[in-house]
Amino acid sequence: MTDSTMTTRQKVEASMRRRRAAETRFRLYGMASVLFGLLCLVVLFGDIFSKGTSAFSQTVLTTTIEIDGDYLDITPDSSESDIMSANYDGLIKRHFKNDVQPKGRSEARSLFSLISSGAGWQIQSQVLEDPSVIGKTVTVDLLVDDDVDQWFKHEYGNDSGSVRLSEKQLEWITGWIESDALKTQFNTTFFVNGDSREPELAGIRGAITGTLLTLLVTFLLSFPIGVAAAIYLEEFAPKNRLTEIVEININNLAAVPSITFGLLGLAIFINIFGVSRSTPLVGGLVLTLMTLPTIIISGRAAIKAVPPSIREAALGLGASKMQTVFHHVLPLAMPGMLTGTIIGMAQALGETAPLLMIGMIAFVVDVPGFINDPSTVLPVQIFLWSDSPERAFTERTSGAIMVLLGFLIIMNTAAVMLRRRLERRW
Amino acid sequence: MSIIENHKTVGSPLSEGAKLRARDVCVFYGEKQAIYNVSLDIRQNEVIALIGPSGCGKSTFLRCLNRMNDTIDICNVTGEILLDGDNIYDPRVDVVPLRATVGMVFQKPNPFPKSIYDNIAYGPRIHGLASSRVDLDEIVEKSLQRAGLWNEVKDRLHAPGTGLSGGQQQRLCIARTIAVDPEVILMDEPCSALDPIATAKIEELIDELRENYTIAIVTHSMQQAARVSQRTAYFHLGQLIEVNATDKVFTTPEHQLTEAYITGRFG
Repeated sequence: MTDSTMTTRQKVEASMRRRRAAETRFRLYGMASVLFGLLCLVVLFGDIFSKGTSAFSQTVLTTTIEIDGDYLDITPDSSESDIMSANYDGLIKRHFKNDVQPKGRSEARSLFSLISSGAGWQIQSQVLEDPSVIGKTVTVDLLVDDDVDQWFKHEYGNDSGSVRLSEKQLEWITGWIESDALKTQFNTTFFVNGDSREPELAGIRGAITGTLLTLLVTFLLSFPIGVAAAIYLEEFAPKNRLTEIVEININNLAAVPSITFGLLGLAIFINIFGVSRSTPLVGGLVLTLMTLPTIIISGRAAIKAVPPSIREAALGLGASKMQTVFHHVLPLAMPGMLTGTIIGMAQALGETAPLLMIGMIAFVVDVPGFINDPSTVLPVQIFLWSDSPERAFTERTSGAIMVLLGFLIIMNTAAVMLRRRLERRW
Repeated sequence: MSIIENHKTVGSPLSEGAKLRARDVCVFYGEKQAIYNVSLDIRQNEVIALIGPSGCGKSTFLRCLNRMNDTIDICNVTGEILLDGDNIYDPRVDVVPLRATVGMVFQKPNPFPKSIYDNIAYGPRIHGLASSRVDLDEIVEKSLQRAGLWNEVKDRLHAPGTGLSGGQQQRLCIARTIAVDPEVILMDEPCSALDPIATAKIEELIDELRENYTIAIVTHSMQQAARVSQRTAYFHLGQLIEVNATDKVFTTPEHQLTEAYITGRFG
C-alpha cells in the first residue's frame, strides 16, 4: 500500500474505503444510542401511563336515599355541630339493608364493605352545604370501596372473577350494574383530598400543596443567595487562593449525595435551631442547600458569557463597578441565571431522599395551609403509596408520577421559553 | 533591530501648559514589563496619535490615562499621570469622576444592547447631568449631532443601537462618550473594524471634535495618523522613541527606528 510508486492521490483513495466504513460505523453507534434512549423512555412512559390513567377515574354507586331527619336526630334548623356529629354511616347501612336485604350479620357486613367508609362524609358534607335536604329524598353518587372500584375498572367485562370479592358480593354488584347504578366518573377526590389509608379517599392535594410551599421557600432563599454569590464571586471577589478554594467547594457541593443534605438539615435546622419537623419550611431549607450550587454555577457561567466589551463601555463612561454590574451585566446574564434556577428547582421538585431524613415521610392527611404545617411532597407521596399493598394505590402511585412529570415538563418548558424570550444578541 | 535600553525620547515629548502629563510611567503585567519610563505631555485641544508596531504598548499607555488598566488584576502602573496638575494615580482619586472627565472609545464598537436613545442617555443619567426629561432629550440630540449621526437616526431613536451598521455604531459610541461632556477623549484604534467610508467619516469627526476636546488616538494606520493628528508619538517595544509634530515625523523623522517604521521596513 505504501508503495513508493503510488501518488498521494492514489494513497488517499486507497484509504478511503476504510475511512468511510469507520464514519458509517460511528454514525450507526450514535443512532443506536439514541434509539436505546428513546426505547427506555417509551417503556417507562408506557408503563406509567398504562398503570396510571385509571387513577383518574373512580367508580361510584348512584343511589336514591332518604335523609331521614328522625333517624339522624337533626332538623334543618339544627346547629352545625349537631349536623356534623349525626350518624350518617348508620343511615347508609340502614338504606342498603332495606334495599338489598342481606341475610344475617356476616352477609350484612360483607355488603357494607362494598361501600367506601368515606360515603358517610359525602352525605354529611352535602347536608352541611344545604341543610334543607334533611327529610327529603336525594340521589347521590356514593364512593365504592377500592376492591369494587378495581374490579369494575379492570376485571368486569373480561369474565374474570376477583380474589377480593365473594360470589355473593359479585352478585350484588352485578345487580347494581344491571340497574345502571354503578358507573365511573372523573376522580376529583384524587385532586382535592389529602392522603388517606383508604385508596378511594386518598388524594395528592396535600402533597402538591406541600411541594409548592417547599419550592416557594427554596426559591425565595436560593435565588437571591445564589445570584448574590454568583455576582460576588464573578465580579467582585479578588482572584486568589481563597476564592479558588471556595469555587472548588461549590463545585463539590453540587455532587454531594442528597441524603447527606438531609442529615445535615436534621442535625442543624431541626436539632440545633429547632425548626419543626415535616414542614415545608425545613424541607425548603434543606433543598436550598442542594439547589444553591446549581444556581451559583449556572449564574457564574451566565455572567462570564457577557462580553467584556459591555463592561468596558460602562466603566469607560464612568459607571461604578456596581452600576456596571446591575445596569448592564445582570440584565444580560438574567436569562441564563433564571434557566439555571428553574433547572435547580426542577431538581428540587423531584428530590426525595433528603426529605425522608427530615420527617416529610410522615402520614399527613391535612392539606398544609402554611410553611410551618406538617406536610409531605409529591415524590415522597409516591414513595409512600408505592409501599402500600392495595392495588388501587399502585395505580394512584402511577397517577401521582404522571402529575409530577407534568410539573417537571411545565418547568423545563418554562426554562426554555424564558431563555428564548429574554435572550438578546449583541 | 536590537532592544534599546534606557532610551531617551527624542523630539519634543514635553510642553508647557499641557492638559495631561505622563511622567516616568512604567506598566507591568505581573512580572512582565510592558512600558518603560514613558514621559509624554498631551496639549489642550490637540489630537495626538500614538503609533507603533503591534505589542509596543501604545494601547496599554492609552488605557493608563483613564485607569482602564485597573480592571486587569495583574496590571501595575508606576510613575505619575497628571490631569490638570493632579495625579490620577493618587490613592485618594476615585476613578468614577476621572473616567467621566477622560472618556474612551474602544477598538470594536460596543454599544449597549439598548435603544440608541438609552445608549446616549446612560452616561448623563448615572452622573445626574440632566435635570429633566427635556434636558436629557437635548443632551442626546446634541451628542448625536456632534457625532454626525443625528440625521441618520433621529427617526428611530428607540431602535436598538446594535442594529446600526459598524460605522454608525462607532459614531454612536463616540456620541455616548461626548454626552458625558469629557475634557479628554481616548480612542483605541477606533477605525480598525470599519470600512474606508466609515473611517473617513470618523476621521472628519475627530477633526471637528478637536475644537472642544483633547484627543489621544491609537492607530495602526499611518495615513490616519498623518490625516488627523497634530503630533505623533512613536512607541517601540514599550519605549516612547520619538514625539514630534506629525508632518515632521512623516517627513523627516529624527530617530532611525521611527524612520524604519514609517517607511515600512517593519511593523
